[in-house]
Amino acid sequence: MARVEPVVEALAIHKSFGDLEVLKGVNLTVAPQELVFIIGPSGSGKSTLLRCCNLLEEPSSGVVKITGEDITAAGVDINQVRQRIGMVFQSFNLYPHMSALGNVSLALRKVKKQPRAQAEAKAQEALERVGLAHKADAYPTELSGGQQQRVAIARAIAMEPDVMLFDEPTSALDPELVGSVLEVMRELRKSGMTMVVVSHEMRFARDAADRVLFMDAGMVVEEGPPDEVFGAPKHERTKAFLASVNGH
Amino acid sequence: MVEWEVIRFSFFNLETLQEIWPMLWRGWLMTVQLCVAVVPLGFFAGTILATIYSLRIKSVNAALIVYVDFFRSVPPLVLLIYVTYGIPLLLGADIDAFVAVLFAFTLNSSSYFGEIVRAGIESIPKGQMEAARSTGLTTLQAMRYVILPQALKNVAPDLTSNTIELIKATSIASVVALPELLRMGRVAQGLVYNATPLIAVAVIYLIMLWPMVRLLSRLERRMMSSR
Amino acid sequence: MDVFLDEFFNAEVMLKYLPEIIDGFWVTLWLAFLVVVSGLTFGLGLALLRAYQNPVVNAAIILFVDLFRALPPLVIIIVGFFGLPFVGIRLSGFLISWLSLTCVLAAFTEEIYWAGITSVNKGQWEAARSTGLGFGGTLFFVVIPQAIRMTIPPLTNRTIAITKNTALASVVAVPEMLTVAQTSLAYAANTSPLTLAAAGYLLIFFPLTMLSRWIETRFAWKR
Ligand SMILES: Nc1ncnc2c1ncn2[C@@H]1O[C@H](COP(=O)(O)OP(=O)(O)O)[C@@H](O)[C@H]1O
Ligand SMILES: [Mg+2]
Repeated sequence: MARVEPVVEALAIHKSFGDLEVLKGVNLTVAPQELVFIIGPSGSGKSTLLRCCNLLEEPSSGVVKITGEDITAAGVDINQVRQRIGMVFQSFNLYPHMSALGNVSLALRKVKKQPRAQAEAKAQEALERVGLAHKADAYPTELSGGQQQRVAIARAIAMEPDVMLFDEPTSALDPELVGSVLEVMRELRKSGMTMVVVSHEMRFARDAADRVLFMDAGMVVEEGPPDEVFGAPKHERTKAFLASVNGH
Repeated sequence: MVEWEVIRFSFFNLETLQEIWPMLWRGWLMTVQLCVAVVPLGFFAGTILATIYSLRIKSVNAALIVYVDFFRSVPPLVLLIYVTYGIPLLLGADIDAFVAVLFAFTLNSSSYFGEIVRAGIESIPKGQMEAARSTGLTTLQAMRYVILPQALKNVAPDLTSNTIELIKATSIASVVALPELLRMGRVAQGLVYNATPLIAVAVIYLIMLWPMVRLLSRLERRMMSSR
Repeated sequence: MDVFLDEFFNAEVMLKYLPEIIDGFWVTLWLAFLVVVSGLTFGLGLALLRAYQNPVVNAAIILFVDLFRALPPLVIIIVGFFGLPFVGIRLSGFLISWLSLTCVLAAFTEEIYWAGITSVNKGQWEAARSTGLGFGGTLFFVVIPQAIRMTIPPLTNRTIAITKNTALASVVAVPEMLTVAQTSLAYAANTSPLTLAAAGYLLIFFPLTMLSRWIETRFAWKR
């Protein structure tokens, strides 16, 4: 069978902050249209792994390939690459001095160099996809947390990335607002987006994930289909973690 | 008492005022020119310094701190005299007094503006830069479109305050004979032999700056209550 | 390069005028010291007076503050020195400089003290009182420490910036460092005495500027 080129291929990623080794040789491969779900206790290195995938953190060693291109190689224009990797943050990080439309269209104008009208049309389209077309002129402070996160998702998908990275997209939200964001993520998945999601929303993982990775102390301890990892975890640490999460 | 008549004659002499008004007007125009040149220059130079600082290159930042603290430690008048006397001797040719003054003030005010903008940049959460970079914006684009607009807004009172200080400081250019407002006031005073020109100069400064001082108080109070 | 050294760092010239510059240095330091002490005290006095909330007094204080914040210090000094004699008031350049800078420093610091006093919110008072602290205890252990924390950084910055203006006294013939340097400069036809004076100012203000930078990071609110 012909090997399908993975969208993301992070190989033997090590990352240290000073003396603290946060990632100890992690591999992450994501096939086209796959949704990989990453779980693990706080401090296990999940965010760092995601941030290594778009080089917000420089891996200490290891290789990151995006659709086959080694982006850790010397001379790579990282800004060109980042256009193709959408990222959604736990704390939204919307630009507070710009309207929703401004937030979404900025990179279209300045990175993709689209004329304003074209960029704004495109941004409006993205806002529509997250159900916020009517909030285009609203500023972040005028939006609920859930709406802000959906604008942040629109900001990323407007760039038409090859893959989207989600770092705990619903952790900062009030419980009643979580659903709307997950709904948008489901839609995105249906449309065929390749996604890597760090989250504690186990229900969502069971429904939507193709594969689940469990990380602990900078390593991938266990990985497999959601039914296996959640239903019959092999490792003690996975069991303990799931028990502690479900206990909540 | 005769006192009032003396005060009126010496300080608020309308005839004198009429006589010397054209001189003050020319001086005021020079002061305005000076401000229009030096405020943007200092501000842009300072913003560039702060932007470079935010790149966190250790050795560069150490040098920047020395630069900034050096020019914040030398009185602007000393700097001004140093520049206006020193540079011509060094070049072996006269330079335009206006240019010398601009140069000295840019060195001085870029340090103050630089400190203010730096504080503004540091008040912006790290996530803003990261979000911007994650969409493919370069560091400088992220600075220009995302960080600086917010940073400058956060330090608007300090920027206003420093602008007022800078406008006031331009009066020391009178010491090196640049014919700005205070200089012309003193020249006029020598001609008429009463103090009305000086009082007029003070009043003109008040008319220029009092509204800004009031605005500043309002800005400061608003910032305070929004914390 | 030789021209540069000869013009700005001429050892012979420097040595010759060093004693006079040092005399000037002490005058500068003395004037600076007086301005700091009287300015900070006067400013605090005004802020405390303002706390009484007498409308007439407060209006007068605000007028005073605005006036001395809006006027360039050099204009104040020159009006004082060259203007006042016309109405029969003749004060020495030193006295005029001292009084002028005192008023300027007081105006700026009054605002800072006042901001400090009003910044500590009522919740802090109530929280402290609810734990059984009395008025004095609350004031001294809760309110004033917070107010000081808020006021110290702008206070040091402002004090340094205004005290540097002692150099303006050279315009009214006070024999401080810059005056001496300028006279020497004229005699020597060489910029080196001014270099000495600049070094003198750095000696006074560079450590203070670094101190204020340290204070700023030290006292910064953890967000
Ligand atoms: N910039 C940084 N500097 C130093 N330590 C960091 C930095 N970022 C993360 N860490 C540390 O790395 C470890 C993993 O963090 P992170 O990847 O955020 O974990 P997770 O997202 O799984 O909670 C933590 O111990 C954290 O304190
Ligand atoms: Mg995390």
